[in-house]
Amino acid sequence: MVLRNWSVRMGGAALLVLVLVAIAAPLLGTVDPTLFDAASRDLRPGEVGSITTLDGEILSHRFLMGSDSYGRDIYSRVLYGTRISLIVGLACALVALFFGVLLGLVAGYVRWADGLVMRVMDGIMAIPAILIAIAVVALWRASLPSVVIAIVIPEIPRVTRLVRSLVLTIREEPYVEAAVALGTSAPKIMFGHILPNTLAPLLVQGTYICAFAILLEAILSFLGVGLPPDIPTWGNIMAEGRVQFVAYPHNVFFPGVFLAVTVLAVNMLGDGLRDTLDPRLAESRVSTQVLDEHA
Amino acid sequence: MSTLELANLTVRLPPGGDRVDAVCGVSFGVERGELVCLVGESGSGKTVIAHAIMGLLPKTLLIASGTVRLEGEELTRVSAARRRRLRGSRMAMIFQEPMTALNPVMTCGAQIDEVLRTHTRMADAERRARAAALMREVALPEPQRMLGAYPHQLSGGQRQRVGIAIALALEPALLIADEPTTALDVTTQAQILRLIVELQRRHGMAVLFVTHDFGVVAEIAHRIAVLREGCLVEVGAKDDVLTRPQHDYTKMLMRAVPTLKPRARAVRADAPVVLATRELSKTYVERGWLRPGREVRAASDVTLEVRKGQTLGIVGESGSGKTTLARCIARLIEPTRGEVRLGGVDLAHLERRELRSLRRRVQVVFQDPYRSLNPRRSVGAAIIEGQLNYGVPRAEALQQARRLMELVRLDPAALGRYPHQFSGGQRQRICIARALALEPALLVADEPVSALDVSVQAQVLALLEEIRTRLELAMVFITHDLRVAAQVCDQLAVMQAGRIVEYGPTAQLFAQPRHPYTQALLAAAPGRNYVFGTK
Repeated sequence: MVLRNWSVRMGGAALLVLVLVAIAAPLLGTVDPTLFDAASRDLRPGEVGSITTLDGEILSHRFLMGSDSYGRDIYSRVLYGTRISLIVGLACALVALFFGVLLGLVAGYVRWADGLVMRVMDGIMAIPAILIAIAVVALWRASLPSVVIAIVIPEIPRVTRLVRSLVLTIREEPYVEAAVALGTSAPKIMFGHILPNTLAPLLVQGTYICAFAILLEAILSFLGVGLPPDIPTWGNIMAEGRVQFVAYPHNVFFPGVFLAVTVLAVNMLGDGLRDTLDPRLAESRVSTQVLDEHA
Repeated sequence: MSTLELANLTVRLPPGGDRVDAVCGVSFGVERGELVCLVGESGSGKTVIAHAIMGLLPKTLLIASGTVRLEGEELTRVSAARRRRLRGSRMAMIFQEPMTALNPVMTCGAQIDEVLRTHTRMADAERRARAAALMREVALPEPQRMLGAYPHQLSGGQRQRVGIAIALALEPALLIADEPTTALDVTTQAQILRLIVELQRRHGMAVLFVTHDFGVVAEIAHRIAVLREGCLVEVGAKDDVLTRPQHDYTKMLMRAVPTLKPRARAVRADAPVVLATRELSKTYVERGWLRPGREVRAASDVTLEVRKGQTLGIVGESGSGKTTLARCIARLIEPTRGEVRLGGVDLAHLERRELRSLRRRVQVVFQDPYRSLNPRRSVGAAIIEGQLNYGVPRAEALQQARRLMELVRLDPAALGRYPHQFSGGQRQRICIARALALEPALLVADEPVSALDVSVQAQVLALLEEIRTRLELAMVFITHDLRVAAQVCDQLAVMQAGRIVEYGPTAQLFAQPRHPYTQALLAAAPGRNYVFGTK
């Protein structure tokens, strides 16, 4: 049923291709993305040049997307960069959802904790996401975990708010009251009855976080506060190509296209899931809905 | 020439629906000055017919064949512009839910004015005068103030009167009323029904009244059309259909309508007391920040007693505090004051830990069978949940669940299915099975049959009755429906504004109501002088 939705299909298919590309990067005619050769600097897309391996061997290589000012292969760097971007997106979405769900459930179900949790969340939301991210990365050494943490912290309040508002409506449902009357304990009600009924909107929220995280990681790398420049991320590639953008636009163009396509695919998947998982928008139930309208 | 004439009307459902046609081959007419009731259970297609006449069908539903004639004019083929002109001027509709049928950000006066401005060329002053006259016509107090009021400032009955005023603004030839009193209290319902009948007589309108309530039908109809799964099974004069039904389906419906005559039942006077409340009160305090706080007494000083094998009915209109009382008894909310004694222990002020072991003694069945089961849990998981909470091994609990499914007349093999695979009546049976799994001493049923169709309602009531006698259960039965109360309750408590105004045996209360409010409730019960079905 979900797969009948056009944007789920498109977004899902594009994402699937990107995942395959990330996994199969070594098999797609790439070289080690950190290799460089002073003789192959600033090649145009499609030109053939040389590249030196770590053993000192010199290989002839076609630079499909050109090379940068160090003589590194942009094609290899972009493909390997897909791995970083997808890992960052997925990790950020999972970590943000995990903490957001936990805090949101507590805030929504345990009344006395609500004020405390939500005021802290409001406080975090008052600080711009980029600013928090820069501060976190500056505090620790730039690495994958620290970048993920930097992106997740400003996302947690959003998830918390969403989960809390869902919990506030679900906790009033008669089936939750029935569980109370059956002697079910509060943690069991929270995780057994309430949480499963929040999953659909959370899945949608997760895709938005994923898309935003991929974008934010690229922005942080571009600003030079993300992952170290030797790691091939789309943001790093664009940052290095920035100065020569007018003369050699391919340095920025190719990673930019990959970034745009990835974010678009994830967002399309999210929009499609929202439409199909929201029962009010699901077309397949129209017939019975019309008949039951005045039941 | 009839005002409204339907001939062979067929409305197709989108593919993949429960059946091929929402409405199949329906023909009947409504004459000038006649009130025809279109009755049927949920899903029978009565609303679809009303919407087809008004041209309000959603795009997914298509009129496949047949004609709809309004004063001779064929409506299924007229242009959208012409139909828009006819809506409001020659035919008008009043809706079920008066709060959502009115625009919350427009005053009532502006909403009447909008109709007049769209369809007529009246001058400002003329329109104002007409709006005020309409408000007087529907008997709203202080018409001028009401014109300036927003919908949320009015009561449910007043809003419905405004809805009727809007419908009447252009003196339509046909008025379609789609369950206009279903959302209202019984005394308000009686007033609105009187108003509709009176307006119809005065203006000689044709009225098509859609309803599921046979009490209402008995009160107002001239003729009745009975629908079942989109097909018309019987059309005839009121008395013929209600007392001498021809079709088996109509006969079954008539048998299912509960009578207002209390059923005599013997309850041993020396049966042990299961539940006793004393001066039970619940006060909601709304804390003001810059203004003084406000107190709402949802229930005050309620003193009741239920014996083993006895059913106590609590009746009252919405907002009378019946549900608050039920929740206090089951300790789903904390009572402010008073006692809830269950077999000698006062539940009202127990600590959470002590309460937990006693919870199983009181179980609740809720009103809405669609929302009282977790949609993501199988029926079996729902029924055994309580027992697992109290340490019963899973295998044993499942075995008990199978026995309970048989008790509530459902297939034990269906335990692995999910709630959406069951109908409303079946779900309510599952809820009853879930409540019984813990072998409670007291069952609190909060409007357990009000969301169900009349035939399903009869089955669920019969089931509750059987369980009560077989298990000698004490039951608190909350309802707004006096017919249902007459059938299941041994004792009745009438609630008004949080207080019990009359309390006694059901038969006595129906025969000699003492309190004026009880008298008003009984007088307002629709179709009270009518005996349904074949003798």
